[in-house]
This record gives sequence, structure tokens and C-alpha cells, in this order.
Amino acid sequence: MYDGAVQDLIDELGRLPGIGPKSAQRMAFHLLAADPVDVTRLVGAIQAVKDKVRFCDVCGNVAEGERCRICLDPRRDAHAICVVEEPKDVVAIERTREFRGLYHVLGGAISPMDGIGPGELRFAELMTRLASDEVTEVIVATDPNLEGEATASYLVRLLSSFEGITVSRLASGLPVGGDLEYADEVTLGRAFEGRRVMSRARPPAPTADPRAAEPAADPSAAEPAADQTAASAREAKTAYAPTGSE
Amino acid sequence: MPLYRDEGVVLRTHKLGEADRIVTIMTRTRGKVRAVAKGIRRTKSRFGSRLEPAMVVDVQCYEGRNLDTITQAVSLATYGDAIARDYPRWTAAAAALETCDRLTEEGEPNLQQYLLIAGALRSLADDVHAPELVLDAYLLRALAVAGWAPSFHDCARCGDPGPHRAFNLASGGVVCPGCRPPGSAAPASETLRLLAALLAGDWAIADASEVRHRLEGSGLTSAFLQWHLERGVRSLRLVERA
Repeated sequence: MYDGAVQDLIDELGRLPGIGPKSAQRMAFHLLAADPVDVTRLVGAIQAVKDKVRFCDVCGNVAEGERCRICLDPRRDAHAICVVEEPKDVVAIERTREFRGLYHVLGGAISPMDGIGPGELRFAELMTRLASDEVTEVIVATDPNLEGEATASYLVRLLSSFEGITVSRLASGLPVGGDLEYADEVTLGRAFEGRRVMSRARPPAPTADPRAAEPAADPSAAEPAADQTAASAREAKTAYAPTGSE
Repeated sequence: MPLYRDEGVVLRTHKLGEADRIVTIMTRTRGKVRAVAKGIRRTKSRFGSRLEPAMVVDVQCYEGRNLDTITQAVSLATYGDAIARDYPRWTAAAAALETCDRLTEEGEPNLQQYLLIAGALRSLADDVHAPELVLDAYLLRALAVAGWAPSFHDCARCGDPGPHRAFNLASGGVVCPGCRPPGSAAPASETLRLLAALLAGDWAIADASEVRHRLEGSGLTSAFLQWHLERGVRSLRLVERA
């Protein structure tokens, strides 16, 4: 529609994901009117990302050297590995500041209909990392959809041979800020599976027995606190590893 | 924009834009439908897991020029949740869903194919039979409904009463010694009996079959399917056989 360079730019921008012909045209004319310094900086950034960025040899995350900054950080806990599908998921988990271990990026999820099987993902590299005996926990953080769930079940089966490793899966449940009536059956069912105890039932106090007058032993010494019990019960339910291997 | 409502099995999904998905649904009355579920990839989407593959849903959509748009969805059966927890069952379900996608056309009602895929998913979710048997039974019956019913007893060419030993893909099943083309396979008679049982739904024979006959039968079924579809079914490569 336009001549030469402008149309070439529109065509190239239109190949980007989520950019339609109208958006591409708008961006092209924005660049045409922009300060040449800004355009040069954009070109440099695009060139640099292709020249410098690669995938970490250890975890598969994006990096500018052989290893990413997380794998190079000596303060990270090397006993725990969180398995994710994409580098974007690493960023999402890092934003929570809850996890201080290392990551392993699979590069996607098992999707038979798209021809992606275990051989196309970085399972073999994960097995190599786990063979070192340093890792004691693997947290499976694949996407909460059925492909992610199937990938997790395949991974758990692979890891069942590592007896010293605890395998857990991120919890599923109700999003904060939503209405219960709109929750789908699977999400609500998993929220029930992973429910936490907020107040534990206490046995009624005996009245006729004279021994009841004696001071009771410290209950905290006899049984774990409610939160602790709930946490261990939750862990037992969500952990994929067979009970015998823990 | 006319609204319509139908029940269907979610066959597959494709990412669209930032947070949407195109969902392919095999519906009961409208055949295969492709519709957009807007915002479904956001964690707070009201669709939740309802439009994941292998789920049976009651959907309301409005018709668009190219793609319809899903406005509401209610779960009728959450087979996908149970199936995805077990990897062999998931790979079998994926192959069945892909085959259903290939055998059906958009806008052409096909109640038998709908009932077949829904039944196969229910069987996989209930885990009453081995996943590879359920898959092969589904593939054989889906082919039969599509007009490519294999013959495992009488000669597929001349109709000569069997049993016969030779199996030929192009001929459509077993063939008598007189009709046998060069290059025909010669499977075990127990394998042919297993395949006939799977096609007829005789689960007592199928469940009692030996692993080697199941493997041979699966190979013949996959080859028969891909011969008639004239292209490969990608999920079949990843199906975990016993």
C-alpha cells in the first residue's frame, strides 16, 4: 500500500505476535515521526538481545553468559529446585520473593497434539542436575492447566526413583478477590482438597472423673499445634512422591 | 448476532493474543465448532478449567463472521481433570481428541462421533479398562462411523467368510488367500480376535488379552487410521503402550 521502506517496516512489525495490520501501520508512522536517537536506541536493543542473550547452560533460563544470574548467585538455596515451563514463569515467581532456591526451565509443557513430547523438553538436563545428591526438594510449578498437570504427573513418575527428594506441586485454589459462585468445579474441588484448618475441635472436658481436677499436661507438648498439623496434612495431600520414599 | 447453546466436548485449544484462546468443541447438534474464549488465560477468568481439553461443557456462544465467541460455559463432566493426573491416560486421550478433530468437519452435525468421544473420555476418566485398549476401541469405532469400518473376520474384498489370517490396510481389513495382495501383514489370530472385540465392544475378551497381542493390535489400528486419514496423527507417537 505504501512505498518501499515504510511498507517493509509495516510488514515486519505485522509479523510480531498480537500485532495486526492497523497496529503495525500505527507503530511504523510513530517510528517515522520519532527522534532518531530513540529509534537508534530501539535498533540497538533489538540487536543486543539477539547478540548477547542465550539460554543458561544449567537451568535453561535466559542469560547473557553461560549461566544466568540466579544460578551464579551463591546466596540461593541449592537444595531446592523449582521446575517451570518458561523463563517468564521464573520472573513471576521471583516477584513473590517467597522462593530462594534455584530453577529449572523445561521449555514448555508436554502437548501431544502439538507434537511436543518429553524428548523435546529439558527433562534429561533436570535428571543430570538431580543426580548430584545436593537437591532435596523439587517444586513442580507448571501451568495450572491440563497440559501442565500432565507434565507434572510425568515428572513425578520420573522422580519416583530419587528416594531422597521430596516432590511438591504448587497449590491450586480460589483466586483472592473473586466470588465463590463463579468458581469452576475443578478449581473448587482442589480448593477443598487443599483446605486449611483454622480452628481444631477440642474434646469435651470430663466432669464426673475426680482426676479431671488434676492439672492437665501441657497440650503443646503432647500434640502439634493446629497450624503445624494442618500444614503437614496439607503437605501429605499435595506431595506427589510416594509416602514410602519420603 | 444470533446466540446459540449446545453441549460439547473440548477437543483442543490454541492461544490467541494476550489472554484469549480459540477453543475447538465437538458439539452434540452443530458438529465441530471453533470459538473464542476471551480472557480465559487470566487467573481470574470466570471460565476457569471448564474449557480445557477433554472437558464436557454446556456452552452459550454468539455467531461471528469467522469465529464464534463463547459467552458462558457450565461443566457437565470434568473428565480432563482425572485423565491429566495419569500420564498414560492423558496421552491416550490426546490421541483420541486429535483423531476426533481430524474426522469431523465444522458445521456438520455428527451425533455418533460426539457420543463416541464422550464415551471414550468417560471410560478413560473412570479407569475401568487399560488406556491403550480404550484408545484402540475408540479409533476403530470412529473409523467405522466415518465409513471405514475394518473387517476382522470375513474377507474385506470378496466377502468370503473367515476367519482369515492376512491383513491389508488398503483392502480394509483381513483378506482371503485368493484376494491377498503382496505385502499384506499376517498378525496372530488372537490379535484379530482382540481387534474384533474392541470394535464390537466385547470388553471381556479385550481385558483378558495378552500384552503382545495388544501391541500388535495397536500397531495395526494406528496404521489403519493413518492410511485412511492420509496424514499422521501426531499424538499417537507419544501414546504409552503397556
